[in-house]
Amino acid sequence: MRTFFGFLSGLVFGLGLIVSGMANPAKVLNFLDVFGTWDPSLAFVMGGASLTAFLGYRLAWRREAPALATAFDLPTSRAIDGALIGGAAIFGIGWGIGGFCPGPALTALPMLAPGTLVFVPAMLVGLTLGTRLKPHFPLAQGVPS
Amino acid sequence: MDIEAVTEFTPLLSLVGGILIGLSAVMVMALFGRIAGIAGITNGVLGGLVPGGGVGDWPWRFAFIAGLLAAPLGWALVTGGFPAQTVPSDLPAMLLAGLLVGVGTGLGSGCTSGHGVCGLARLSPRSFAAVLTFMAAAFVTVLVLRHVI
Repeated sequence: MRTFFGFLSGLVFGLGLIVSGMANPAKVLNFLDVFGTWDPSLAFVMGGASLTAFLGYRLAWRREAPALATAFDLPTSRAIDGALIGGAAIFGIGWGIGGFCPGPALTALPMLAPGTLVFVPAMLVGLTLGTRLKPHFPLAQGVPS
Repeated sequence: MDIEAVTEFTPLLSLVGGILIGLSAVMVMALFGRIAGIAGITNGVLGGLVPGGGVGDWPWRFAFIAGLLAAPLGWALVTGGFPAQTVPSDLPAMLLAGLLVGVGTGLGSGCTSGHGVCGLARLSPRSFAAVLTFMAAAFVTVLVLRHVI
């Protein structure tokens, strides 16, 4: 049951990325290129996705517990610290170079473009490195908000 | 950069696709009680340290990633072809980009879906800060690569 619904959730996410055009790095890079071949589509994707999640989350949280787990398990960290901001900045630079963030890169993987085949393994290595690095990040004990 | 292909502005399709992504995030919350952050889910599959993530979460996370990978195949079965895409062909640049995206999302605890879609939906100040930062960094990167260098 959990496996089936996990697969279904991933499938819906992936189809959303394809329908929205976000599995195509050219469209993402054009969103970021305001002074060139600007394509504002990404704003509509983020708007539609976060608004749907905003409303749906509030419906989901009306229940005591999720349907297939014992409790809601949400991030508890509230610190806006060096690891968060430094990590986000590093991610943004990579996103601006490749036009891929993790979801679209994985969704595009079966289409086997050479750029994707190079990007995804590097991303997986980086993700493991970045996660291991987090506790040792010098600025990680920043100002809790 | 090697691609500056003009892409068509698709407000309606992008909105519909965005709603599907939002629905998936709601499914993950209503069913598993978790954030649908792709970096986080991938990290869980890789066996990386996800605070609070139990071993019991591995099967659905693995299945979720399998669903992501199945999406273009399902799309091709129904429509007869893969969706159009233009992936940058500068392979060393893509290697660097992949590393930076991985390290950055690992260090910053989230990506466009975790901090973007889910974090904004939770009105998390941490996620707002992350989204502003990675958006600004990405805009500046493209500005430099396409218009300065």
